[in-house]
Amino acid sequence: MAERPLSTTAKGPADAPVAEAPAAGGKVTQATLVRKSAPASDYKPADTSPQRRVQRRYSMRLWSVRHSRLLEWFYARFAEVFLLLHPFWKAVGYRRAEKPVKFVEKRVKGFMFDCRMCGQCILSSTGMSCPMNCPKQLRNGPCGGVRANGNCEVEPDMPCVWVKAWEGSRNMKKGDAIMAVQKPVDQSLRETSAWLRVTAQSAAASGRDTSKEAA
Amino acid sequence: MTADTAAVQHDEHPAGVDRPLEPVEGYSSRGRLERVLRRGEFAVTAELNPPDSADPQDVYDRARVFDGWVDGINAVDASGANCHMSSVGICSLLTRMGYAAIMQIACRDRNRIAIQGDVLGAAAMGVSNILCLTGDGVQAGDQPGAKPVFDLDSMSLLETIRIMRDNGKLLSGRKLTSPPCVFLGAAVNPFAPPYDFRPYHLGKKIEAGAQFVQTQYCFDVPMFRSFMQKARDLGHTEKIFLLVGVGPLASAKTARWIRTNVPGIHIPDAVIKRLEGAQDQKKEGKQICIDIINEVKEIEGVSGIHVMAYRQEEYVAEIVDESGVLKGRRPWVRQARSTDPIERIERGGVTDIPAELVKSAHPSDPPPDGA
Repeated sequence: MAERPLSTTAKGPADAPVAEAPAAGGKVTQATLVRKSAPASDYKPADTSPQRRVQRRYSMRLWSVRHSRLLEWFYARFAEVFLLLHPFWKAVGYRRAEKPVKFVEKRVKGFMFDCRMCGQCILSSTGMSCPMNCPKQLRNGPCGGVRANGNCEVEPDMPCVWVKAWEGSRNMKKGDAIMAVQKPVDQSLRETSAWLRVTAQSAAASGRDTSKEAA
Repeated sequence: MTADTAAVQHDEHPAGVDRPLEPVEGYSSRGRLERVLRRGEFAVTAELNPPDSADPQDVYDRARVFDGWVDGINAVDASGANCHMSSVGICSLLTRMGYAAIMQIACRDRNRIAIQGDVLGAAAMGVSNILCLTGDGVQAGDQPGAKPVFDLDSMSLLETIRIMRDNGKLLSGRKLTSPPCVFLGAAVNPFAPPYDFRPYHLGKKIEAGAQFVQTQYCFDVPMFRSFMQKARDLGHTEKIFLLVGVGPLASAKTARWIRTNVPGIHIPDAVIKRLEGAQDQKKEGKQICIDIINEVKEIEGVSGIHVMAYRQEEYVAEIVDESGVLKGRRPWVRQARSTDPIERIERGGVTDIPAELVKSAHPSDPPPDGA
């Protein structure tokens, strides 16, 4: 057999002193080596994360998942009302309605689900657990790094968004929507109202205009 | 035929090892791995430890360790968010030498524009297998200050490449004149919560376009068995080739370290106890791996194994040999040919370009010492 090549793995930043080689079997990760070689004066809070964290408590988000069935029922009624208001939105103009509706939507959903305003809400397909709160923003299911206690790999104190999504979806009537493959996020729709978009789409789909209002 | 030309092996293009195989009706790729799996043979794949160098010889040396024991070599895409030679680079070197490379694509580092371009480039270089992954978070790696991209996820990545291949279109709908013929793979981890969702998640990946899957390290066979039971009940195993991830543990201490520090790898206490009780822990780790292989290969719906022996790559051959999974079959072996790039390098010239041509291209070449 050919001789095993010598390891040429990097041992930290290029300007850092060379750290000792990691033992065979990988007892030391590159991340540890980098951390160890950083000067002690480098201050970093304990819970920093490459993702922007909006909050450190998850009680409201978890409440929403526990009450996913109620919220599902509520949202269905709410969407109906919004659709009934289609002539009104049309009269005002969807473009002009965007700003005030977004203002309300952002705050309501921000409070309930820690919404990130991706503009293409799929809460009904994800057990009322917002997938954009996943540090990897996965919209199609959990990654392979979920901890045994059901917490996130990246943020160890946060329950995995997808573990919660699965729990929430089991309580919902149309919970099997979690099985559908979701399209990639359209990044250009960020910070826009999903409520208005859904309403406009379903109004267009049902061929509804102002004359056929009786539903 | 010249004297130094080796006999043409099974699953090899007679005109050159680096050529894609003749297309077969109903097959998605022109690669060797798909042929082996579709023939119903028990496949073996291994993971190449990517070099931190710009020397192609490093890749060739690391691939040679697996010679004749594996049907595919995975080229990781900065696994664990640690920077190494790129997956596209490794794959194009491997295909040059005739190896069946499995290119891994992680969504962490590139957006959809870059990924689709890479898929086309890799397919042009002869890559026939692509494994779609989400990727570890940047916090796990050697450059935690990097920007995590995650523009696509593993599922939408699968779908994107499937659309490129089957519909001949980019995500934008723009037509491709020649679509990439690739065999699409995905990863599953039956050993992480939410356990009930995992079989359905596999179903989603199949729907998105996965044709083969490689699992995370399997150390808990009963848990894997119940996952497979559910997957079989859902009818998923008939639609996919499933390769079980296995690998040797170097010692009980390593196992314990992996369990606490590497998310997503589940090692039961029984395995660690068995390692601790052994005289030679390294040997015992290898034996545990072989025992697990012998258990999982009997499970219905398992089409092969994926050996991940990080920094113990030289054990892959022994593990495959001693477990006897190949049943005497000899996977493709690289044989030296006069046309190989490596042979050319050894003979002193990197290229075949005649000297006078080089001279005419650079008529005013400065002397070697002048800059």
